[in-house]
Amino acid sequence: MSQTVSREVIVANEQGLHARPADLVAREARRWQSRIEVVGKAQRVDGKSILDLLTLAAEAGTRLVLEATGPDASEALDALGSLFEQNFTLAGDSTTHTENETVVKRTTPANEVPGEPAGERGGGR
Amino acid sequence: MKFSDFVAVEAIRPNVAATTKEGVIREMSQSLVDAGKITAGELESIVKAIMKREDLGSTGIGRGVAVPHTKHPSVSRLVGTVAISQAGIDFESLDGEPVQLLFLLVSPPDRPGDHLRALENISRQLRDDAFCKTLKEAGGPQDVWRLLEEADAQSIAS
Repeated sequence: MSQTVSREVIVANEQGLHARPADLVAREARRWQSRIEVVGKAQRVDGKSILDLLTLAAEAGTRLVLEATGPDASEALDALGSLFEQNFTLAGDSTTHTENETVVKRTTPANEVPGEPAGERGGGR
Repeated sequence: MKFSDFVAVEAIRPNVAATTKEGVIREMSQSLVDAGKITAGELESIVKAIMKREDLGSTGIGRGVAVPHTKHPSVSRLVGTVAISQAGIDFESLDGEPVQLLFLLVSPPDRPGDHLRALENISRQLRDDAFCKTLKEAGGPQDVWRLLEEADAQSIAS
């Protein structure tokens, strides 16, 4: 029942995959049973580890391949893929770090508790 | 980006007195003022910006490590420093563990790549348990500096 699926994503965020997006990706990845790996130009890292993700130093425009292996691999990649597509929901990612409130309002697969890690306090305005 | 490219040796604090998140951020920022890397007039603004960033999500990234940081227009290049807390500081870190190793970064707003590469270097080194352990046991600023230089030399070699 274990399957490996992969998907290419692009880091659209102009600041690159810095600490906050890396945290968001690792949090999302940890919600899934599957092993999640992120493959960059020179290395393959654990998608559930913020430290690992930061070692990618993925700048804006970087292509990465997400790979998931496990029972919920497809769903995991859908969720992670949309996180990248939605630019980590860090609207603008401006120098002041003002965030929008829409921390993950995408549709999530039904097999997970809908409550996101609500630890992200939005709106530091 | 190597440690020696952004860490101000005069600002290294191997045994911080502060016991709180804001306290240690202030102490580290002050150390950058003392080292002449940021101006005294910008201290409050920088501490406030770093705390605001912490409000969005702790930079305590696990394994007893935190990387408090901000972009700030008053610096023209990335500056940073290292502090070690022997007691451990509650940083609301992602894994809930108290923080002992801190890397504080202040970067110019228009250089996101430098910031990323500093984070890359810090996280790469900190995955090494032996490095974390020896860093925590470092006696003085020069010991810390030597460890950082060794880490730099190894990352070039590998």
